[in-house]
Amino acid sequence: MDTFLSYIYAFLVGGIICVIAQILIDKTKLSPARILVIYVCAGVLLTGIGIYQPLVDFAGGGATTPLTGFGYSIAKGVRKAVDEKGLLGALTGGLTATSAGIAAAIIFGFIASLIFSSKPKR
Amino acid sequence: MDKSSYSDYVKKKAKKSPIARDCIFAFIIGGAICTLGHSLRQLYTYLTGDEEITSSLVCTTLIFLSVLLTGLGIYDKIASKAGAGTIVPITGFANAVSSAAIDNKSEGYVLGVGAKMFIIAGPVIVFGMLSGAIYGVIYYITSLFA
Repeated sequence: MDTFLSYIYAFLVGGIICVIAQILIDKTKLSPARILVIYVCAGVLLTGIGIYQPLVDFAGGGATTPLTGFGYSIAKGVRKAVDEKGLLGALTGGLTATSAGIAAAIIFGFIASLIFSSKPKR
Repeated sequence: MDKSSYSDYVKKKAKKSPIARDCIFAFIIGGAICTLGHSLRQLYTYLTGDEEITSSLVCTTLIFLSVLLTGLGIYDKIASKAGAGTIVPITGFANAVSSAAIDNKSEGYVLGVGAKMFIIAGPVIVFGMLSGAIYGVIYYITSLFA
């Protein structure tokens, strides 16, 4: 039952995070790229002040899948690296924690450009 | 009703329903993508039992699916309805990378695919790393006094 509920929480929290972005897009002149930047920075900030971790514990994928979760991974990686290596960790932690995602996006993106060609936009 | 209050009225009427509709689509599709992320998380936690490996694998799987759907032209079709619901999840990040890579193929593999790939994802990485580094310095300083 707990597992089932966690899916509901993931859906609700993930949905709400997306709705906030949708309202920002519709109500302000912010472009999607700016929203993404704001979301990543917000993820780092919220993790830093200790709010995001409880949200991840509560909603799981609902909190880690949105780009705020990317910020969460960066902040968590940085904190771990600073604990291990001192100040150098502030530089190494962020990319280490997100390396799989960034590399996957680059490599799959490149392969996609080899296979597919662009479709006319409507 | 004079001209300006009429135009206010029109604006209100015209804008209201799209936002509500956009939000509902963003909520359902965004929520669904996050639920998929959550199920992958549960699955990989069960299989590996390691938190770091799990989060990397979830990320990689979602990115793979997103790039595949982008290449097939399906992701953009969903995105035209779902708006932020497809932009905000990590799949939107992968979509931005792969669609830029595919669209700029005609400009060559180095300056087209290689360079333009990061036109939207680049700022995300730049400001993510920047805020992460700032957080790291603050965390380091506070841990000195703790």
